Amino acid sequence: MVLAGIGAGLAVIGAGLGIGKIGGSAMDAIARQPEAAGKIQTAMIIAAALIEGVALFAVVVALIA
Amino acid sequence: MQLTSPESLIFWTTIIFIVFFFLLAKFAWKPILGAVKSREESINNALASAEAARREMQNLTADNERILQEARMERDALLKEAREMKDKMIADSKQEAQLQGERMIEQAKAAIAAEKNAAMAELKAQVSSLSLDIAEKLLKDELSNKEAQTKLVEKMLGDVKLN
Amino acid sequence: MVISNKPLQFLFAAIVACIPFVGFANPAVDSTHVTTEAVAEHHGEAAHEEKEFNATELINSHIGDAHEFHIADWGGHPISFYLPVILWTNNGLEIFSSEKFHHDNEGHHVVDVNGQELVRYKEVIFYKDKFETLTEEERKNGAFAFDARPLDFSITKNVFSMLMSTIILFLLFLAVARSYKKNPKAPKGIAGFLEPLVTFVRDEIARPNIGEKKYGKYMPYLLTIFFFIWINNLIGLIPFFPFSSNLTGNIYFTFVMAFITFLVTTFSGNKDYWGHIFNTPGVPFWLAPIMVPVEIIGMLTKPFALMIRLFANITAGHIIILSLVSLIFIFDTVAVSPISGAFVLFMSVLEMLVAALQAYVFTLLSALFIGQAVAEHDHH
Repeated sequence: MVLAGIGAGLAVIGAGLGIGKIGGSAMDAIARQPEAAGKIQTAMIIAAALIEGVALFAVVVALIA
Repeated sequence: MQLTSPESLIFWTTIIFIVFFFLLAKFAWKPILGAVKSREESINNALASAEAARREMQNLTADNERILQEARMERDALLKEAREMKDKMIADSKQEAQLQGERMIEQAKAAIAAEKNAAMAELKAQVSSLSLDIAEKLLKDELSNKEAQTKLVEKMLGDVKLN
Repeated sequence: MVISNKPLQFLFAAIVACIPFVGFANPAVDSTHVTTEAVAEHHGEAAHEEKEFNATELINSHIGDAHEFHIADWGGHPISFYLPVILWTNNGLEIFSSEKFHHDNEGHHVVDVNGQELVRYKEVIFYKDKFETLTEEERKNGAFAFDARPLDFSITKNVFSMLMSTIILFLLFLAVARSYKKNPKAPKGIAGFLEPLVTFVRDEIARPNIGEKKYGKYMPYLLTIFFFIWINNLIGLIPFFPFSSNLTGNIYFTFVMAFITFLVTTFSGNKDYWGHIFNTPGVPFWLAPIMVPVEIIGMLTKPFALMIRLFANITAGHIIILSLVSLIFIFDTVAVSPISGAFVLFMSVLEMLVAALQAYVFTLLSALFIGQAVAEHDHH
């Protein structure tokens, strides 16, 4: 039970790092070119959702265990 | 996490979703997508025809401009022609006048010459008649003295025989 | 006495604070019984004492499926909306109301149906005789012990909610389609609200990913799954009676959706698609025994990821909201309710975003896979 929690926590660390990086580069890109803000935002959200999917794989495994 | 029996949800989901999908596709999506697309097309058509109308207007204006321009140029050309013609007429008439003048001078000269001749002739006649008169008078005077005359004739005959 | 100077906001906060009492009442199971402040007096008659609040039990019961809708507890008696149980037993088809189980989820109450004795353990129905031979471990995973249980095709909470959502969607879009026929000019009313969404799915999801020529064939499918998943996500967020089930957070449901997408992709794959899998360009033929399984696994992981992504996102959201609400009961004081209420409000708003986003991502990835399958291969 505890180990499952630890496993989920580690997975979430990975997801947090990844999405943070995406958010950071999205901010940089928007700062460089404010006209493309709409497209960048869309792409950012999609990438974040995909990464979250991967993180939730690990959460699901933790839940099942 | 508790897993319940799979077959109920799987079975019902499949059936309901497939039925739902076919019903929706037939009764909802076809008309909605068709209506959206036809409206889009009509909007595009309206836009295109507006564009075409605008271009037509532009063409018309350009044509008008062109016609005006041509008219202006024609007017300029006409004016120029008129001016040239005027100049030419003036030059022609000048020349005419000159020619006429010269001819008149010639005529005058001829008339003067003729007059002169006539005058000369008249003069000659007058002079001859005058001289005849004078000669007559002289002769009369001379001949009135017979002796002088017979001396003169003898002298003249003498001169001729001596040649 | 003036209770509050801002009556509307006080009323709103009071309603929000009362939602846990009404909406999150649990099934009155025999052994673990959640006590709320209101029901604390009525403990005389039943044989249960005031047990500790078991948050895990509560959350599991709200996330999982059930054979009846437990609406509330009134004076110790549960109020439920009983759904029919449809079983394919050894004796044939049996249909009866789930009321016969008397809210029993521990396998104690025996239901006699046409000579067959059935018990229900954690929402899974077993044959009584087989059930007693199962160990505790097997009982917990009883859903897969197919020899000990009849096949269960009941209308459960989730099936009921799915029927409801399909009916809602169907009526809604039928009305929209009809409004187009009546009014060929600019759309009014609900059509004006839904048309940008339909156009969004067509222009941002279908056209760029599937290509101009073929997107029309797949538009109905993409539209259906987009709105279906979105509305089911939203319904799962509503805590009171007809809406309180957790359909998209159920792995079997997402499995079916992902499987259907997989079928659509596979059956519309053209020669280039299969060529990529069995004959990856640029790979020498002796590597094929390695490449082909890898490609096949790659073909399968994509729908698998779709399934897990939707399931985990929605379930995680529900668990968070339920945990935050259970804070009140764990601390056993009303004073926590404003804090908990604020957190729950925030998480609910986030969950609404996640509902739309997960529907969008599911549809987008489906369109992407379909596009990969029907792509015209431009030879390099």
